[in-house]
Amino acid sequence: MLIRRPAELPAREITDEALYWSRREWLAAVGLGLAGATVLPRRAWAQGDEKPTSYEDVTSYNNYYEFGTGKDEPKENAHTLRPRPWSISVEGDVKRPATYEFDDLFKGMKPEERVYRHRCVEAWSMVVPWLGYPLRDVIKRLEPGTKAKYVEFVTLYDPRQMPGQRRAVLPWPYVEGLRMDEAMHPLALLTVGLYGKPLPNQNGAPIRLTVPWKYGFKGGKSLVKIRFVEKQPETTWALAAPDEYGFYANVNPTVDHPRWSQATERPIGAFFRKKTLMFNGYADQVAALYTGMDLRAHF
Amino acid sequence: MGRRRTAAWIVATKLVIWAGALIPLAVLLWDATHGGLAAEPVKDIQHRTGRTAVVLLFMTLSITPARRLTRFNDLIKFRRLLGNFSFFYALVHVSSYLLFDLQFAFGDLAQDVVKRPWITIGFGVFLILLALAITSPRSMVRRLGGKRWRALHRLVYLAAIGAVVHFALAQKKDIRLPLIYAGVLGLILGVRLLLPRPGAGRAAPDALDFTP
Repeated sequence: MLIRRPAELPAREITDEALYWSRREWLAAVGLGLAGATVLPRRAWAQGDEKPTSYEDVTSYNNYYEFGTGKDEPKENAHTLRPRPWSISVEGDVKRPATYEFDDLFKGMKPEERVYRHRCVEAWSMVVPWLGYPLRDVIKRLEPGTKAKYVEFVTLYDPRQMPGQRRAVLPWPYVEGLRMDEAMHPLALLTVGLYGKPLPNQNGAPIRLTVPWKYGFKGGKSLVKIRFVEKQPETTWALAAPDEYGFYANVNPTVDHPRWSQATERPIGAFFRKKTLMFNGYADQVAALYTGMDLRAHF
Repeated sequence: MGRRRTAAWIVATKLVIWAGALIPLAVLLWDATHGGLAAEPVKDIQHRTGRTAVVLLFMTLSITPARRLTRFNDLIKFRRLLGNFSFFYALVHVSSYLLFDLQFAFGDLAQDVVKRPWITIGFGVFLILLALAITSPRSMVRRLGGKRWRALHRLVYLAAIGAVVHFALAQKKDIRLPLIYAGVLGLILGVRLLLPRPGAGRAAPDALDFTP
């Protein structure tokens, strides 16, 4: 298919004092904070004309069915989640399978700030300054084997902490996945914070996946398991409604959702729609991953 | 029943209905001007006006069962007003879609209506409500003749069912609320079947209301 080249994505820096100080707060919170620590390396990937969505909107308008299906329910209900202590089990064809304590998984790594466009399959969008570790760096240190063709990400299943799981509105636990080359793409992020602070529970604390060229549901939240597998994972929304949500779920304005158009989106807070960009504006970086693939069939 | 005696309370009740029916609009306007809308303001406007239209339509449809249950026939005098307010909110609902989502690109509207069943149904419901609103004045009843007017206005049942289906199809996954609406509608329509119209067989007088 024809992939339109979007506008260039100039690197852009945020110089916001509040953000700067809150970043210090974050450093302290995760125990990395040393007095005089240098400011974290910052890399920005959103378009120059886009301002980050307000912290308030980013943290109060969420799809996180584990805490309810309404957009305001995650913020209301996610206080029951206990993001610490947290461990992540690494399984499958990998040299270092183990259950890692949260901090051990990233030992010696520095979180990066990435300002990404976030496009929901429901046709709304945000711009979020995430904080996280490039997924590829984590994968490299785990050393997957040759049979690892896909990476599967599993969300916590615990109805006591996640009251939304008491109803079978989706098949629990929530499972997401990426092809290995997608997972190894430098844009894919294991996210641990936003706006320089640790992830709020409703945004997927303590660790979630962020894949900015795909619809938001690809970003599994509150991850407890990372599996390196040979077969394409059976992902949750693709199981729940296979004609509406696919495994790839790349943002694509030319392939409509059966019930609505994906050609445009509503930026949060705005009254009018704007055009959706191929691969959410990251075509220059990621289009090569899909050369020769029929994106209409692999939606 | 003596008209003169009831007129005052009927006027008063209609004023109460006017005031009550305008509250959702007032709250919407207040929120829109004071940052009270949700993060997706347009969706918020559409959800609120859609739900209000359906609730008012249900109230309109409740008049007949309420009359049959209570034998309080004067309730009929408020039906047209409720129905027209339901149409009013449906109009705001559809207008916000045309303005904000389509920016009056009517080609896109045609595409949406053809391609997307939930919009097809919603659009059909709106056309029915539009036809009923246009023919709601007394003069239109006379022009059409009672029989044809009643036949036309029976489409209101189709509109009510269609509105609930439209609501359900608009959901991503969780259809609890639409199911509750469907239950309420079932109840309202069920009462009609259980309590048939008194004196069924002769022309029903209950469809017409000439009270100004």
